[in-house]
Amino acid sequence: MIEHDIVVIGGGPAGMAAAVAAYDSGAHDVCILEREETLGGILKQCIHNGFGLHKLGRELTGPEYAAVYAEKVAERGIRVYTETMVTNLSPERVVTAQSTKGILKIKAKAVVLSMGCRERPRGALNTAGTRPAGVYSAGTAQKLMNCEGYLVGKRVVILGSGDIGLIMARRMSLEGAKVEAVCELMPYSGGLKRNIVQCLEDFNIPLYLSTTVAEIHGKDRVEGVTVAKVDENRNILESTKRYIPCDTLLLSVGLIPENELTKSAGITMDRVTGGALVDENRETETAGIFACGNVLQVHDLVDYVSDEAEIAGRGAANFVLRGKRCGQTIKTKAGSGVRYVLPQRVNADEEEEVALFLRVTQPFSKVKYTVSSGDRVLMTAMRLKAAPGEMEKLILKPEKFKSAASEITVSLEVMQ
Amino acid sequence: MTKEMTCIICPRGCALKVEVDGGKITVTGNSCKKGFQYALEECTNPTRTVTSSVRVENREDTMVSVKTAKPIPKEKIFEVMQKIREKSVCAPVRIGDVIIKDVFGTDIIATKNII
Ligand SMILES: Cc1cc2nc3c(=O)[nH]c(=O)nc-3n(C[C@H](O)[C@H](O)[C@H](O)COP(=O)(O)OP(=O)(O)OC[C@H]3O[C@@H](n4cnc5c(N)ncnc54)[C@H](O)[C@@H]3O)c2cc1C
Ligand code: SF4
Repeated sequence: MIEHDIVVIGGGPAGMAAAVAAYDSGAHDVCILEREETLGGILKQCIHNGFGLHKLGRELTGPEYAAVYAEKVAERGIRVYTETMVTNLSPERVVTAQSTKGILKIKAKAVVLSMGCRERPRGALNTAGTRPAGVYSAGTAQKLMNCEGYLVGKRVVILGSGDIGLIMARRMSLEGAKVEAVCELMPYSGGLKRNIVQCLEDFNIPLYLSTTVAEIHGKDRVEGVTVAKVDENRNILESTKRYIPCDTLLLSVGLIPENELTKSAGITMDRVTGGALVDENRETETAGIFACGNVLQVHDLVDYVSDEAEIAGRGAANFVLRGKRCGQTIKTKAGSGVRYVLPQRVNADEEEEVALFLRVTQPFSKVKYTVSSGDRVLMTAMRLKAAPGEMEKLILKPEKFKSAASEITVSLEVMQ
Repeated sequence: MTKEMTCIICPRGCALKVEVDGGKITVTGNSCKKGFQYALEECTNPTRTVTSSVRVENREDTMVSVKTAKPIPKEKIFEVMQKIREKSVCAPVRIGDVIIKDVFGTDIIATKNII
């Protein structure tokens, strides 16, 4: 068994930023385990631009953003084990991995989980009809297209208007395919407004809300789909069924944090985020194990992934150098209009300000967020809009949560 | 004349209100000055950065991602794509290498290292 102070599992943007921050906080014996051949994670296939404007002050493509962090990792001489797939994690922080050289066992003083997320597969949907070729998850199509140069189809329908679906609508149009429709089950899109503008409107691709794919047709290859409107309970309205010929159906129906390792280590999970429960340092409820990036909560902005990972990296370094913190914690709770708040708990003795990340339950225009403890209002913040697809961030000063009781609630109020 | 648009410069996607009064343009709703610049250009000369990928001849099933170093006029997107599609390169390629020179006033450059 080998030993390292800090083991980072997953070398995407979260893992790289966490390792760099841990190193810069004085924990120099840090390593990254990555199952693929190179660092970068999902950014390697996100070749469009729009990354890094807030974090790096420049607008980069996904691979460029990844390269900035890969360079930081290399400059510090941080050890990277590539083609190394972690297969088990124990609560005592023994990491087992399968590499090209065989089985690797590492005893770590602290572990950072940054395994990212994966796409919800077709099995998670209940589409009627046959099972022909030509049905892909949007991310798989993106990888085939951008990394291997394989265009998956010529006439496309996309189910789901999350960002990956929108980005792929544009990408396929640019490559000469005809995108017939993007269908969204919900009455609003889960994607960023900017992607609706530059991926759909720029290319005259129609977006049908409250619409789903009711049936897939074709024997060997997709020949068409039946789409239909749904009512508020998401039941298909028979009279609205219509047929769209196509050879490809792309599914962009959500992301699931990849938490098999987390669960097998017995770490307490949050049912809403699909990730672990963490404190403001991104430490899970299992001492010395931290989590960040898409494995913790699905992010839409890589800039926030890097920020969160730096918090986790510093947290892991502090744990190694100074040991465990014990003391009172304050729970955070989602109030009306708010789907979740992260971190789920805050150490009462925290000296720095704490950023509360949250997602709302549905789109709103002009809202007021209130952070309260019992009857006491700790802070309020106004925003011109709020959407489930856009993560919100509220900064809480230490004197605010120090005066809180055992619980704080974030709720939202619609303003006139 | 008042126009509503979404700033697409960064993922924040600010909702802009643009007022065009003769030659004078006022913008509200932007969170930073890039939003003003965007609104100005979108009203006069809309541009877009084009990203795509180019085949690497001497590596199996490998593409190198590319972009226009500067945004190009929106109506030229498909002409630029045509040029990109006809191109292939040989590794090694470094980020920033010029893949196609002088396309509508800018270059097509690599955005990935292929060693
Ligand atoms: C298909 C797709 C497209 C996206 N497109 C965009 C976009 O256009 N713009 C945007 O801002 N965001 C996009 N996102 C969100 C984007 O994923 C995040 O912004 C960011 O990449 C998340 O970083 P991460 O490091 O948490 O995860 P990832 O980038 O997924 O990295 C996780 C890494 O962990 C590795 N790993 C996982 N399990 C193990 C294991 N057991 N052992 C070893 N290594 C492991 C993986 O190989 C991977 O390299 C997209 C996400 C997906 C899934
Ligand atoms: S105005 Fe600034 S912050 Fe708002 S979307 Fe544009 S670039 Fe981003």
